[in-house]
Amino acid sequence: MATVIRGGRLVDPANGVDEITDLYIDKGRIAALGTAPDNGQPDAEIDAGGLVVCPGLIDLNARLREPGEEHKATIASESRAAASAGITTLCVPPDTEPVVDTQAVVELIHRRADDAGMARVEVLGALTAGLEGERLAEMAALQQAGCVGVSNGLRPVANTEVMRRAMEYASTFGLGVFLHAQDTWLAKDRYMHGGSVSGRLGIGGIPETAETVAVARDLLLLEQTGARGHFSHLSSARAVTMIAEARARGLAVSAGVSAHQLHLTEDDVAGFDSQCHACPPLRTAHDLKGLRAGVQSGVIQAICSAHQPHEKDAKLDPFALTEPGISALETLLPLALALHHEEGMGLSELLAALTIKPATIIGVERGSFGVGAVADICIFDPDARWVLEEDAMLSQGRNTPFLGQPLRGRVMHTLLGGRTVYPWVD
Amino acid sequence: MVRPQFSQLDEAGRLRHFLTTEGLCRETLTDILDTAESFAAVGKRAVKKVPLLRGKTVVNLFFEPSTRTLTTFELAAKRLSADVMNINLRRSATVKGESLLDTLRTLEAMHCDMFVVRHASSGAAHFIARNVAPHISVMNGGDGRHAHPSQALIDVFTLRRHKPDFSKLRVAIVGDIAHSRVARSQINTLLTLGVREVRIVAPRTLLPPVPEALGAKVCLSLEEGLRDVDAVMMLRIQHERIQGPLLPSIHEYFQCYGLTEKKLAVARPDAIVMHPGPLNRGVEIDSEVADGPRSVILQQVSHGIAIRMAVMSMILGRRNGVEEPG
Repeated sequence: MATVIRGGRLVDPANGVDEITDLYIDKGRIAALGTAPDNGQPDAEIDAGGLVVCPGLIDLNARLREPGEEHKATIASESRAAASAGITTLCVPPDTEPVVDTQAVVELIHRRADDAGMARVEVLGALTAGLEGERLAEMAALQQAGCVGVSNGLRPVANTEVMRRAMEYASTFGLGVFLHAQDTWLAKDRYMHGGSVSGRLGIGGIPETAETVAVARDLLLLEQTGARGHFSHLSSARAVTMIAEARARGLAVSAGVSAHQLHLTEDDVAGFDSQCHACPPLRTAHDLKGLRAGVQSGVIQAICSAHQPHEKDAKLDPFALTEPGISALETLLPLALALHHEEGMGLSELLAALTIKPATIIGVERGSFGVGAVADICIFDPDARWVLEEDAMLSQGRNTPFLGQPLRGRVMHTLLGGRTVYPWVD
Repeated sequence: MVRPQFSQLDEAGRLRHFLTTEGLCRETLTDILDTAESFAAVGKRAVKKVPLLRGKTVVNLFFEPSTRTLTTFELAAKRLSADVMNINLRRSATVKGESLLDTLRTLEAMHCDMFVVRHASSGAAHFIARNVAPHISVMNGGDGRHAHPSQALIDVFTLRRHKPDFSKLRVAIVGDIAHSRVARSQINTLLTLGVREVRIVAPRTLLPPVPEALGAKVCLSLEEGLRDVDAVMMLRIQHERIQGPLLPSIHEYFQCYGLTEKKLAVARPDAIVMHPGPLNRGVEIDSEVADGPRSVILQQVSHGIAIRMAVMSMILGRRNGVEEPG
C-alpha cells in the first residue's frame, strides 16, 4: 500500500531537508520526496498542510515498567501513549523486574512490543549482573539478543574498579555504556537538589557534586578504557561544561537531557509537590539555562522523556517517601519545542536531538527520510495550544506536574513503518 | 512554571491549619502570642479549664515517639474542654503496611475536628492538610527537619516576656541547624517579628547547603555568634550526628560549640539562655548554664500549653464562631 503525505513542512535534519513538499511512502519505506515515484499512484493520502512532517521521535530513556511492575505501566499502555506523542522508538533501561541481564528478558520485551505494535522498543542490557554493581553481566549474550547498549539503570556502580572493567568489557563488543551519573554516597537518603529550597524545606539535598563527581569519574574511565559513553540525563550546567570539554579533546561521549529538566527547577518543589520529585533532581534556574544552552550548542545530542510512570499511590505520601519520576512521554515534544518557541533554536536542529542524533547513539538506521529508510513519521502542529488533562492521558502513569498546564505543539499523526498508529481508527 | 501553592490560611487570611511559621504575617504571630498570654493564667487557676472547645475532638497523631510534646498538646486541648485521643502510629497500622492516607480516612470517619501531627518526614503535615477532609484542621507538631511552629512560638513567647522590644534584639541560634525543624521555625518567626539580627551558629557540617537562604547571619565560631547577643537559643545535638561523618566527637563539639558560663561572657550581661529540650548536658550545654540564673528553660516548658491552647482556639474556636478570650 502506498501513501502520500501532502503539503507538509518536511523537516529531515539528517539530510538537511526543510521545505514544504510531499512525502511518498511505499511498502513501509520512504519512496520519494517531492514528486511521485514511478510505480503508480498512492492509494492513501494524508493532508499535512500547515503541519511539520519529521522522522518519528526516538526517545533514549523511557521506562515502560514491564516486566515486573505492571501496576505502574505496561509495554502495551506505554507504547500506545508513545504513538500518540509521535514517538516511534523507545529505548528502555534494564531496571525491570527481573532486570535485563538474560536473553529471555530481552526477548520478552521485544515480543510484548511486537504484540502491541505501536512503537519500536529497543533494550539496554544490564552492565552488571542483577544491576548489583559487583559482577559483569553477560553483555555479549545480551548483544546477541538485540540489546543496543548496556547500562546500570538508576543504580550507579559505586565500585570504581567494577565500573572500569565493565567499560572495558563493553567496549570489547562495541557496546555503548549508558550512564546515570550520580555518586552513590553523595545522593544517599536524599531527595531533591541540595540548595536554598532543600534547606528551607528541611529535605535532604542531593548536591550538584553528586552528578559532577560521577561525570568526572566516568569521563576519565571512558578515556582510559576507550569505551563509548552516553550520559542519559544530565541535570546540572556544570556537567554540560565537563562533557563539552571531554568532547573537545576527542572523547567518544554523548549526553542527553530530559525535556522536563528544561522547564522545572527546585522552586517547583517548594510546596512539597511530590509530582516534582524527580530523578535526577530538578536543579536551579542556572542549571536549567545551562542545559538549554547545551542542547542549542549540540553538546547535548539527545532530548529524552526520562519517562517514569507510577501508580497514583506512589506519589501520595510526604515528599521523601514518594517515588521519584515523571510520566513524560506525552509532554516530550511540546516541552522540547519550547527551545524553538522561546529560545529561537532552529526547528531542524532541535528535531535532530529527537531523531537522527539519538538514532546514531544507539546505532539504528532510523530518524531519517532518505529514500529507502523505514517510514517512521511524526506529523505535528508546532503552534497548537492545548492543556494536558489527566483523563486524556494515555500513559498508565498520570504522575506529571504538567497536568492542567498549557502546552504548545501537538502531534496530529504518527506512522510506524508506513502504518498509521495514531490517531486510531476504531 | 507557576502552580498554585497550598495555603494554611483561609480566604480571610486566618489560620485554617497551622503548618509552618513561614509566610505568617506579623499580625497573626502577634495575635497568637497575645492570645497565649491570656491563657497563661488559666493554668494557675484552681479550675484549669475554659469551655472554648467543648464538643470538639482533637486527635494527636504521633508517628514519632514523643512524651513532652504529646503531653502539652493533650493538656492544651483538655484545658480548652475538647475531647482528646492520642494515637501512637509508630506501633500501629502504618507499620503493618497500611498507607498514611488509609489511616487518615479511618480517623476522618470518627468525626474529629483537628489532627495534631508529628511525623519524621519533612512536609508530612502539609501532605495531611492537603489530603484531609475539609472539616478537619491540621496542627504541625513537628515534621522531619522542616518545621516545629508551636515550639518556635513558645521560645519567642518566652523571649518576649523578658525582652519585649524586639527591634533592639540580637538572637543567636546555636547547634544543629541543618537537621533542626525548631531552628527553621524560630528563624522565620524572629525575622517576621522584626528582631534586629538573627544569627545561626554551627560548624559547616551542621548548616544547610545554602545557609544564607534561611535569612539569618551565619557565624562559624561560637564567640563571634555570641558577641553582644540578648538571647541564645540552643539546639539539641542528636547522638546519630556523631556516628556519621558530621562531627568527630561529643568532646570536640562541646569544646567548640558547647555553651559554658565562660563562653557566655561575650554576650550582653542580661542575655537569657533557652533550649527547647530535652537537654544533653555536657554536649551542647553545660549544667552550670542550664541551671544558672540566665536560663529560662523551665519557663519555656511551662509556656508550651498556653501557646498550643492559643493556636487550637484560634483555629477551632473561630471556625465555631466563638471568639478567643480578650
